[in-house]
Order: sequence, then structure tokens, then C-alpha cells
Amino acid sequence: MIQLGIRDLVKYPFLAETGEYLRDKGFNLEQLGHPDWKPIVEKAYGRIVVATTGQIYGSAIEDFENMDSEILSFVIAIVLLKSAGIPTLIKRFSLSEARRAERYLQRDLLQKKNETKLELPLKIMQDLFSVKVMTDKEDFVISVSDYLKRAVQFHEKEWKLINRRVENGFVFLTAHETVRLIRKELDGYINSKIQAVNIPSIPETFRERVSDLSLLAKKFSEYVIVSSDYPPCIKHAIEVLDRGENLPHSGRFMLATYLLSKGQTADQIAPLFKNAPDYNERVTRYQLDHIAGSSGKGTKYSCPSCDKLKSENLCFEIPECNGIINPTQFGKKRTANV
Amino acid sequence: MFEKNVKLVNDVFKEYYFKHFELIHVPTRTSEREFGYQKFNEGMTRHLSIKDDKELHLLLMTQVPSDVYCSNAYYSFPNLPMSEKDWKGADLIFDIDAKDLKLDCRTSHICCKCNSCQNIVKQGINCSVCGSTKLETISVTCKNCMSESKKEVVRLLEILTKDFGIQKEEIKVCFSGNEGFHVYVVNSDYQTLDSRERADLADYIMFNGIIPETLGMNKQNNSKSTLPDVNERGWRGRVAKEIFGSKSKRAKIVQEVISGGYSVFQAKLEDWRQEIGVKIDPKVTMDIHRIFRLEGSLNSKSGLSKILCKDLENFDPFSDACLLGDENVEIIANCPISFKLKNKKYGPYEKEKITVPKYAAVYMICKGFADIN
Ligand code: SF4
Ligand SMILES: [Zn+2]
Ligand SMILES: [Zn+2]
Repeated sequence: MIQLGIRDLVKYPFLAETGEYLRDKGFNLEQLGHPDWKPIVEKAYGRIVVATTGQIYGSAIEDFENMDSEILSFVIAIVLLKSAGIPTLIKRFSLSEARRAERYLQRDLLQKKNETKLELPLKIMQDLFSVKVMTDKEDFVISVSDYLKRAVQFHEKEWKLINRRVENGFVFLTAHETVRLIRKELDGYINSKIQAVNIPSIPETFRERVSDLSLLAKKFSEYVIVSSDYPPCIKHAIEVLDRGENLPHSGRFMLATYLLSKGQTADQIAPLFKNAPDYNERVTRYQLDHIAGSSGKGTKYSCPSCDKLKSENLCFEIPECNGIINPTQFGKKRTANV
Repeated sequence: MFEKNVKLVNDVFKEYYFKHFELIHVPTRTSEREFGYQKFNEGMTRHLSIKDDKELHLLLMTQVPSDVYCSNAYYSFPNLPMSEKDWKGADLIFDIDAKDLKLDCRTSHICCKCNSCQNIVKQGINCSVCGSTKLETISVTCKNCMSESKKEVVRLLEILTKDFGIQKEEIKVCFSGNEGFHVYVVNSDYQTLDSRERADLADYIMFNGIIPETLGMNKQNNSKSTLPDVNERGWRGRVAKEIFGSKSKRAKIVQEVISGGYSVFQAKLEDWRQEIGVKIDPKVTMDIHRIFRLEGSLNSKSGLSKILCKDLENFDPFSDACLLGDENVEIIANCPISFKLKNKKYGPYEKEKITVPKYAAVYMICKGFADIN
């Protein structure tokens, strides 16, 4: 067993040890309902709001004034989310918390000179995600099979095994890549932890923020259906946006023109961009309308060719793309041949 | 296959199975494997489970299969339909076939058989007798095909051991019984990989999907220092050795490669794949539900045995895997290509009545070059 410090719990509040810690300190839900604790409920609510905008909550670990309140805000956020019971919010929260933990994991991995610091992130990987990570000089190494099981989920060519240094059954990675590899699992883990929590009743002081969450969720109720028939370049762009990562302008242009060509309207497409770090509703609408040709000069833009997308690194060709010259042809050709 | 041919081949196969029980065993973890077999002119029977050698030998004697198969996968319930089998894992398998190597020698030992009138033509797209376009390619295998296939096996083994860290003892190489080799890896670390993961593993082995950046070529600055060095391991080391070559030529080749810039480099990767990528059949490696020819059984495409190669370098399939009886039989052969079995040359024959040992007769009948008289 490694001894977890309170700083570790601030960084990784989803660990089982958090519960123990709070119990030892004598915290319980009833007591947290006292008006004195209202600031922490506000902090928890803020933590959720930040998550829903696709941002990552928190600042440098050294700046934490009150570590207990950091840990408690995570726990209370879960209480609020569970009481509201809105899957979209839970999904966004766990994703954002996963990204937050990812930052700390990466930082902890980088400080490996100090072996006691390396122990915790490696243990988290091993215990939570059954990935045995070891070090080799400046690199981190994991077994080829552990690597493949995770990396095949990524479409980017640099994750293909052939584009990795592979020796003696191991794949060599940087700290960033190591953590990136388990992002999905980290998200899934936090999500499942939240699902498993059982809350019988909540203090009166929490109620107001619970109903605020329902209002907050309304913003995200428009759902865009992601079809499995989309070509990989389009799927990839949607995934990037979904993760709240930045998609270059050329990628947004491709996505918008593609979906418009498939008969979707600007209204249906706009919500896709909500997670983008620089999202601005008015600008997005303006751009979409412009691309769709329903404002301004009225020129309708069409989806760029595969060649163009390849040169912009937006192409993630798979065998099914065979021979097409524009993503809009994806899936059509094969049926035409039969 | 014609009924009269089936009778002879059946008898010869049965005799082989009866005499060679020592070569045919159920694989390890028997109860978790799916077995299957085929008889001449009949469909496939699969989803069988077999308890032990005795039960397997009994099946061989009673059914006299033309081909026998066993899964590389492990299941909880191997004899249930696929969706209920409960897949637990599968050995890694690789298929290297001379057909896929694009060898120059191939044209000298393939020909076509007309599906309508059985006429055999050396090449062409039409039957010279009836004009039909339904031609089937048949081939015999030559020494060169085998030595080139062996080279691919050796390259594969290098990657498996050096890159993937698989122990030599965990690898088994078999002659396929026709034109290539089957390689098995029994290593628990790789057994649970699914089809998609195996596809990426296969791409690695085939040098497929490599990007210039991996070899140190970037869109912006190209400095020689990041190009691979001969002392590196994995594909970078192999590229350095096999593409950039020895010390004396290296500087010139490297200069050439860099001067073309990123896109020329990218185009070169395709040539290099042909040159140094291992030519495995990715479909076989990706398939985690396949039933694969059983070691020790006969291959009905040739009458040769699928057999373990203990010493790959000196393995001679035309002798070592040719294990049928040698009593003489009379056949009518129409075989425009000559071939060698047990160090004796046969053919070419032009619709001739000949008397040859059983193994040669069966070889020609299985290939479609002869009929029983
Ligand atoms: S080939 Fe075309 S459709 Fe396929 S991923 Fe690339 S850009 Fe998209
Ligand atoms: Zn014909
Ligand atoms: Zn040949």
C-alpha cells in the first residue's frame, strides 16, 4: 500500500481513499447541509458549470487554499448531479474531471526523478486500468498488447503500432501519450463511480442548486445523431469536438459542408460546436449560415475533396474509403457495385 | 472432383491417416477448441468438439476427410453456434503463401483449367477449345517459391521475437501442405487481442501505414540526425540497414532520400513496403474465429501434409511433407508443368497414360492435372 496524502486526494478525488478520508475527518451529508457550508455547495455547483462548458476545473495544485474544500466540492458535485439525475450533465462532468485528473497524472509522471511521486500515478494506471507502466530511461513503456487494446480506438496515424518505437514486447511512450492512452477509461471509471453512488435524501440547502442543474441541462438537450455511416474523417472531427478539443477551421468547414450536403440544417449542426473551447453561438451561426448559403452572397460551399483533406491532415482513410474522391461519396460506392 | 478420382484419393488418404496417427494430435487445451472437416465434393462440417487423440483418429477413419481444421481460438462452448461459443482468446496465426509474393518464377509454373470443358491452357483469358472465359488458375510450387517463402518466415520470426518479445519456444512453424507456411504463436499476452487489434499488429509486420515522421522526415526541417541509424531496433533499424544500406553507399542514398522532400519520401514508403514489409495474409491474422488446417493432416489441394518444420532452413516440403504411399498407379495426365517430388522430376505430360507412384498421382489429381484411368 502506498500512503496517499491529502494533495493526492485533491488531484484524484475519485479514488476510494477519498471516502475513508472524509469519514475519518467526521464529515457527513447531514452536517454539510448546515448553512455554514453553503460556500462549498456553491463551489461544487461551479465545478459542474465549468465542466458543462467543456472546460477543465481547477488550477495549479500549489494554489489550493483549502484542500478539504477541494475534495468536498467534488463529492458534493456528485451529490447534486445524482439528485438532478441528468445523464448529459453526468457525462460532461466525468469527462471534464477525467481531463483534470489526466493533467495531474501527466505532471506526476514527469516528476519521476522523485520515485515516490512516480509510484502513485503508476499505481493508479495499474489498479484502475490494469495497465502496467514501466520506465526506461526517459520513456514510459507498456506491453504491446496493452497498447494495442487502447490505441486502436484512435484514428490518427501516429497511434498505429508501426509509428511507434517497439522493442522486446514493449511500446515506448512519453508521459503525455501514456496518459492520453487511458483517457477513455479514466472517463468511464469516473462515470461508473458516479453511477454507483447512492443518495437517499439531500439536505434542504442543496435543493436550489439541484433545480438550477435542470435549467443548465436544457442548453444541452439538442442532440446530434452521429451516424455510423459517416466516413472516418467526419467521425474524427465529431469526436474531437465532443471531447472539447480544438478542431481547426478547415476541419469545422469540412464537417459543416459534409453535414449540410447530407441534408442537415444549420440549426441541427450548430450544437456540435458547443464544446469547442472558443465556442461563440452568434459567430458559429453566422459562419454556418454563410457556408449553407442562406445569408450574404448566397454561395453554397461544397465539401472539400479527399485529396484536399489529406493535405490538411484531416483524412483518416480506411479500406472502406477505397477509391472515393470526396467524403460525401463514402458508403455509396459499395452499394452501387452490388 | 470426379467420383472415380475421389475413390482413389479417399483410399490413399485413409491409408495415410491409418499409418500416421503419430503425426496427428489434438492441440493443447483441446476441450476449448472448435474442430471441423470437409469431405471431397461436400460442404464443411464445423462446430465440433473433440475430446482426445483417440476420438480424432476415429473421426479420420470413419469420415476420411479431405481436409481437417481446428480453431486457433479458445471457447467455453466450442460446439455451440458462433454467437454462443463464448470466445476466450486465440493464438496468433500467420499465413505466408508463395502466391502472394509476386515472384518472377510464378509464370513458369501456373496454368489455367477451363471450368466448362476441363481443357488446360498455359495461359490466356479464353479456353482455346470451347472459348469459355471461366478459367481457374492452377499452380505447382517450385523450389524458388519455397525458399522465398522461407525468407518471409524468417523475417516474421525476427519481428515476433525481437519487436514483440515472443520467446522462440512459443512459436511454431508449419508447412501449409501446399504453397506456404503457417506460423502459430502461443503466448498469453497476445491471445486476447481482438480482430481490430490484430489488424494493427498485421500492419506493423507488413510495414503498412508508416508515416514519414516515424522515420525522421518532417514537413518542416529535415535534418539527417533524426533519420534512422543502423544501431536502432525495430523498423527504424531495419530501414537503416536494408534501405539506406552499408556505410559506403549510405551517404549518397540518404542525400537522395532527403533532397526529394516530404512528398517524395512519402511515395518511397510504398516501394519500401514492397521491399521490406513481411508478406503475411492479413485476413488470416485478423480472423479470430477461423478454423485453421490441423497440423499433421493432408491438404486436399496437393495431397501433401501440413507438417511441423523443425529445421526450417533445411526443410524440403517436396520430400518431408510427401508422405503418401508409393505403389504405382495408372493415370491419364494432362500436366503442362513439370514438378519434383521426392527428388524425382515428373512431367510435363500431354494427355498421356502414365504409371507413377501414388503420391505423384494424387498430387496431380488434387491439382486437377490428372484423372484415374
Ligand atoms: S479518404 Fe476521404 S472519406 Fe476517407 S477518411 Fe480520407 S478524406 Fe475522409
Ligand atoms: Zn473449355
Ligand atoms: Zn516458383
